[in-house]
Amino acid sequence: MRSNLKATVATLGLTMAMATGAFADAHAAKLSGDLVIFSDMGNPAPRAVMEGMVERFGEMHPDLNIELTVIDREAYKTQIRNFLTANTPDVANWYAANRMLPYVNAGLFEDISDLWEGTLSEELASTKGAMTLDGKQYGVPYTYYQWGVYYRKDIYDELGLSEPKTWDEFKANCQAILDSGKKCFTIGTKFLWTAGGWFDYLNMRTNGYDFHAALTNGEVEWTDQRVKDTFANWRELLDMGAFIDNHTAYSWQEALPFMTGGDAAAYLMGNFAVAPLREAGLTDDQLDFYQFPMINEDVELAEDAPTDTFHIPTGAKNKENAREFLRFVVSADNQTLINNGDNLGQLPVNSKSSVDDDKFLEQGFQMLSTNSPGGVAQFFDRDAPAEMAKVAMEGFQEFMVKPDNLDKILDRLERARARIY
Amino acid sequence: MTHATLPDISPAPDKRSWWRRNQIGLSPWLFLAPGMLFFAFYVIFPIFQSFQISLLDWDGLGEPEFIGLQNYQELYYDDAFYTSLWNNMLWLVLYLAAIPAGLFIALFLNQTVTGIRLYKSLFFFPFVISQVVVGLVFTWFYDPTFGLLNVMLGWVGLGPINVLGDERFVTVGIILAGIWPQTAYCMILYLTGLNGVNPEQIEAGRLDNAKGWKMLWYIIIPQLKPATFIAFVVTIIGALRSFDLISIMTNGGPFGSSRVLSFYMFEVALSEYGFRMGYGAAIAVVLFLIMLCFIVYFLWSMYQEDKR
Amino acid sequence: MFPTPIAKTSRTWQLTYQSLLPLALILWLLPLISILIFSIKPDSDFTSGNYWGWPSSFQGFANYGKVFFESDMPRYMLNSVLITVPTVIGCMILSSMTGFALGVYRFKANLWVFFMFVAGNFVPFQILMVPVRDLTLEMGLYNTKTGLVLFHIAFQTGFCTLFMRNFIRALPFELIEAARVEGIAEWRIFWYIVLPLMKPALAAMAVLVFTFIWNDYFWAVVLTQGVESQPVTAGITSFNAQYRAAYHLMSAGSIVAALPPVAMFFLMQKHFIAGLTLGAVK
Repeated sequence: MRSNLKATVATLGLTMAMATGAFADAHAAKLSGDLVIFSDMGNPAPRAVMEGMVERFGEMHPDLNIELTVIDREAYKTQIRNFLTANTPDVANWYAANRMLPYVNAGLFEDISDLWEGTLSEELASTKGAMTLDGKQYGVPYTYYQWGVYYRKDIYDELGLSEPKTWDEFKANCQAILDSGKKCFTIGTKFLWTAGGWFDYLNMRTNGYDFHAALTNGEVEWTDQRVKDTFANWRELLDMGAFIDNHTAYSWQEALPFMTGGDAAAYLMGNFAVAPLREAGLTDDQLDFYQFPMINEDVELAEDAPTDTFHIPTGAKNKENAREFLRFVVSADNQTLINNGDNLGQLPVNSKSSVDDDKFLEQGFQMLSTNSPGGVAQFFDRDAPAEMAKVAMEGFQEFMVKPDNLDKILDRLERARARIY
Repeated sequence: MTHATLPDISPAPDKRSWWRRNQIGLSPWLFLAPGMLFFAFYVIFPIFQSFQISLLDWDGLGEPEFIGLQNYQELYYDDAFYTSLWNNMLWLVLYLAAIPAGLFIALFLNQTVTGIRLYKSLFFFPFVISQVVVGLVFTWFYDPTFGLLNVMLGWVGLGPINVLGDERFVTVGIILAGIWPQTAYCMILYLTGLNGVNPEQIEAGRLDNAKGWKMLWYIIIPQLKPATFIAFVVTIIGALRSFDLISIMTNGGPFGSSRVLSFYMFEVALSEYGFRMGYGAAIAVVLFLIMLCFIVYFLWSMYQEDKR
Repeated sequence: MFPTPIAKTSRTWQLTYQSLLPLALILWLLPLISILIFSIKPDSDFTSGNYWGWPSSFQGFANYGKVFFESDMPRYMLNSVLITVPTVIGCMILSSMTGFALGVYRFKANLWVFFMFVAGNFVPFQILMVPVRDLTLEMGLYNTKTGLVLFHIAFQTGFCTLFMRNFIRALPFELIEAARVEGIAEWRIFWYIVLPLMKPALAAMAVLVFTFIWNDYFWAVVLTQGVESQPVTAGITSFNAQYRAAYHLMSAGSIVAALPPVAMFFLMQKHFIAGLTLGAVK
């Protein structure tokens, strides 16, 4: 949606400037001209956040004409390469790590290392690595979120189960749930990446973060015994029948009703799943969260925590305005606001921001800051190059349906690895 | 070949202006020019460009690199390519079922009872609806939890089938969704064809005691040949172009088992994880070559027709 | 007439036929009927598992109201109109000329030019994807309705030329001969003699092209990206992504998106069928 906010912003800005003069004055230099923003925050809540940010930024700069275009998240992923080469906006959403590599390589994302100089590097230290390629920074983060197991506490309580800490407990829990006629986990693999989440966790728990990094960097063969160990663990769950049937037909949203309806007890997912689960009627007494349990004692726990980002395309026409907007986005206050439970319901990246006192956000923040000694990964499809991610996740999906094909799948992935890297 | 029979009655042709003399020869080109230019620019030229791009290693963003036939070499070892090719064949063969189905419905509706016009239009309905909507509707129809298909299977005691999530059924499931509007198309072609069937021949057939199937086979179908030809052409093209339904219904899955060439090439070139313009173009070329066989056949038939 | 007219058959078969007709129709349109019912259901029916049963309450106004007043659908619809109508007009202009040229004149290249159009039209259009996208980018028409319209006109010209040429071939050639004898200029023959005769074919073609273009999804995705230029087929997918699993809204949205070609077909039905009859029977 493109909303030309100029008129409203101008009038609003006038009243706001009088009311909150001090706030506006903090940014002494008023911007003018245009600012074109393309965003993938298409779901209702994120969309409101994005529109809110634009409105607040507009209040600070009443002379600035801001145009916001919100595109559906899935469609955005294919359209980005078009608008980066033509019709370029000044600011665009994207993702961290390898996911931005093709655009950086093609010179389509602006090097904004200058923005990172000074305090910003300290405030955003946790994600600086994920934004850095070849020693330069190409974007700024605005949010990140934990992954983990979201489960139906009421079902666990009913069966007398507790949050598992080890792989054996994990499996024992699952067996108990299966015996009660439910499935342990819901999942929808139609768009593949959900299976990538399972692989990431099983792999990082079996072989550790460094192995994850090496594998997604193409430094390890897919036919390696350690990869097979990961799949062997996965297979244990598959053989138990831990996952819902027919998961290949569902998107991640379409798999939610199994959990809300009580047919499945848990969901390995990112924190963005909380909002729709609550919306579907689960209360915080029914819904809880635990960290994916340890599998291999010798391996330090590591987590997936994908970071969503803003970038300035090289072809942008109003780069100064864009830089100012990025500064505004990463500021501690803004990150606190947009990530709270009423808005995105995720974690702020800025270390000076405060985490909302939401049950899941607090647990997630706790987990990531104190109980993830192994490291924090972005996500399989952000750490691996696009092509490898696609082939591999397709393999994961196939494995979940036909575990006997494993050797064939791994051979295929290995051939792909040899070609891609 | 000039239009030799032109009855030029003017006794002194030289007196006419240059334009008048050459009018007949030049007019067609003037009439053709805008259409041809447009078409050459947007269709013919890009076809050749695709051939050229298929020799490149290009992510669509940076500088392309010439790699000769490597893309084709890779195709040769690509399992996903063979899956797509096989599915394309499946589409070609099964999609043709729309032709007899269309004929059947046309015969059923070729009556004069009250309201038959409305019936005909309503039967044609699926064709005018976007494939995006058709795909959506059939996705729900097949849904393993609430889909009507499984509800109905449940009535006769058959277990739920996950049509779109099972690599054995998925392509057939999508094709069936595609056959639905295609049948409507063939039906309308046959309905108009049946309108033009020569009543005298039918009467003659009746006198010869031809009835039912015999009549249909020996007298009606031969007369419907033009309609059949068009139905064949549009069905084949439709089958090879299948994209929307796959994109909406399965996105190529599960694990790539419902891909066809046109979808696979989109996937490797422009989808979320695809950045290989050259490889995509190579697939396009293969698809084009398959299509070329049919195009040549179509043109040959038309040429034969034209000579008569 | 084949099959045997119902009036001439036995009474039982007549009755069977009369009752079979609506049954067959309902079966045939079942998928559409189901989304029609979906679209007037309340949200609660889906959460309570009442997918295929009768709606527990009528929520048609609320659902369609949401589509029309709380989403971008009206914008997308307008875009579709602004893309489809110029395309149809452009195709009619170009193809009446090309069809006339190929249908009336006999010259050496005639068949080859004709075959070029036909072959180009048969091409699986996905193969044009990469070059046409680049072309549109270079002309600065990416993400504009104009860019989409120009391509559609060009591509549909193939089909339309085939259609018009075959139609013109079937016209009485003596008419044109006679006009030439009178010494009437070629463009006047086109304008005053052939064009009026082409009207039914043009009308039929217009409906067909309208349907094709309105329903195009692939090029909409490849050549446009935002609400300011995307037609409703692409819009419906983002609408659906926004309301995923809100089946009542998705259904209402889909029906709204599908309506114009349906309306077009019903309004122009006479032309449509008549045109096809005229075009197909040589």
